[in-house]
Amino acid sequence: MRKNKMATLGAFIVIAIVIIGILAPIISPYDPNAQDLYNSLEGPSLKHPFGVDLYGRDILSRVIWGARISLSISFTAVLLSGMLGIMLGAIAGYFGGIIDEIIMRIFDMLLSFPDILLAIAIVAILGPGKLNLILALTIYSLPQFARITRGSVISEKNNEYVDAARLMGENDISILFRYILPNCISPIIVQGTMRMATAILVISGLGFLGLGIQPPTPEWGTDLSVARTYLRVAPHMGIFPGLAIFITVMGFNFFGDGLNDALNPRLKDR
Amino acid sequence: MKNLLIRRLLLVIPILFGVSVLSFLLLHLIPGDPARIIAGIGAAPEDVEVIRKEFNLDAPLYVQYISFITGLFNGNLKSINTQDAVIKEIIPRFVNTFQLSLFSIFVSSIIGITFGIIAAVKRNTWIDNLVMGFSLFGISMPIFWLGILLMLVFSLYLNILPPGGKGGFQHIILPGITLGVASAAIVARMTRASMLQVLNQDYIRTALSTGLPKGKVIVKYALKNALIPVVTVVGLQFGYMLGGAVLTESVFGWPGLGRLIVDSIFNRDYPVVQAGILLIAVVFVLVNLGVDLLYAVLDPRIRRR
Repeated sequence: MRKNKMATLGAFIVIAIVIIGILAPIISPYDPNAQDLYNSLEGPSLKHPFGVDLYGRDILSRVIWGARISLSISFTAVLLSGMLGIMLGAIAGYFGGIIDEIIMRIFDMLLSFPDILLAIAIVAILGPGKLNLILALTIYSLPQFARITRGSVISEKNNEYVDAARLMGENDISILFRYILPNCISPIIVQGTMRMATAILVISGLGFLGLGIQPPTPEWGTDLSVARTYLRVAPHMGIFPGLAIFITVMGFNFFGDGLNDALNPRLKDR
Repeated sequence: MKNLLIRRLLLVIPILFGVSVLSFLLLHLIPGDPARIIAGIGAAPEDVEVIRKEFNLDAPLYVQYISFITGLFNGNLKSINTQDAVIKEIIPRFVNTFQLSLFSIFVSSIIGITFGIIAAVKRNTWIDNLVMGFSLFGISMPIFWLGILLMLVFSLYLNILPPGGKGGFQHIILPGITLGVASAAIVARMTRASMLQVLNQDYIRTALSTGLPKGKVIVKYALKNALIPVVTVVGLQFGYMLGGAVLTESVFGWPGLGRLIVDSIFNRDYPVVQAGILLIAVVFVLVNLGVDLLYAVLDPRIRRR
């Protein structure tokens, strides 16, 4: 019951943030890049509920637009790495042998770069920017999708329905993608939801380091790295973009956690 | 045990090789001429040629790879910025990151394990809900935002801890907590799950039915087995900290290796970036190997496989 409530809360948060992101041009009270240097660094007020930043830009508007940026990038990257990862993982798991070895050893290598370091290394190669960020995140999430898919495919492929399909003359590709994969989809969906949370954390983390989305584009992490310098005079700058990241990530985590329980009833009791 | 050790070592060698090749290729995967990339936009052609010679960029890739690796050890691989041997630059910074991670993992394991046990023993009560709720908070918290909040409260408002830099023990407290919160949350969840599993087993029921006090059974019998998977998680978290510390280091100005790598990316000091990334990845692989082996030592069932 408690879990269900959390999943509902998570779904509610995710939907709310997605709507905010989509409607950003309509609901944002100001242009996120409109400067008002006379009111630089002013705290929250009725006119600017989240206050303004160094250049007098409305922080609420920047947070709203930030949702659009973060969600669009993370969604694109998770979708791309999901498709690629599922394909590679499925092939590795189904065919096994040397193909499996090659694919999985390459992913092992990628996984040897702990945490955000792989994303940093990729950005170091490609340079900062939106497209490069998407590419970095795609590669970053690829091994996880591949591993999960491979594991599920291996445990599914010895089932009788697979033999039945083979006896009916289906070829490998058709068996893999039409019969086996649909049965592997629930852990992949859970993984996708959780990866959205991670991707948002990495986007803002890279932004905070100056390696992500470049100013003046409103991005939560990038805005926080500026806020760090003005914390003493303008603490509000350091609060709201971070709160936005936190709530969004929490939404995806709650949702994913709940989804996991809903899709794997066996785990419920743990 | 010996077989397992050999098998794991054999698995690690190709990964270490692959990781070193990837770090080496970093510079060559960048679109464009590496010499020009190092020299920077608008560098004179002569300067580009000097760099091409200095870095031996005309040689075949495998020769360059070998000289990258040997240069790392004999000090021939030099930082473009400071002209010091790269190894001399990255080691002290790595020691700082290691120190921070060690402090962090220590604090977060103590907190995580304690609360995980409490949550398992008090399963489905408000205490359990509170602990699990907090752990989900901890996992969702962006590390650098947590750092900023802690800095706001403890350095700027209460003024009891320094906002950054490296010095005495007070300097490590805020970055240490910042880096450790997510791990504490993960360790708490793992401890709880593992503890619940053990508490359901027959030997615990037997122990309880003989009339031993519950506290004694938990500490003496359950904990020992429940902590085995937790050790693995703690080890893995420690590895992740080495890579994830870069965000904490940036918030608090902690002079660690992650920060050096990021600064070097901005300065286009590629030898430092390559070597730094390689060092962290190698240590991460070795930590994971250590965790694997430790797991086998602690759990005799693994050894026989």
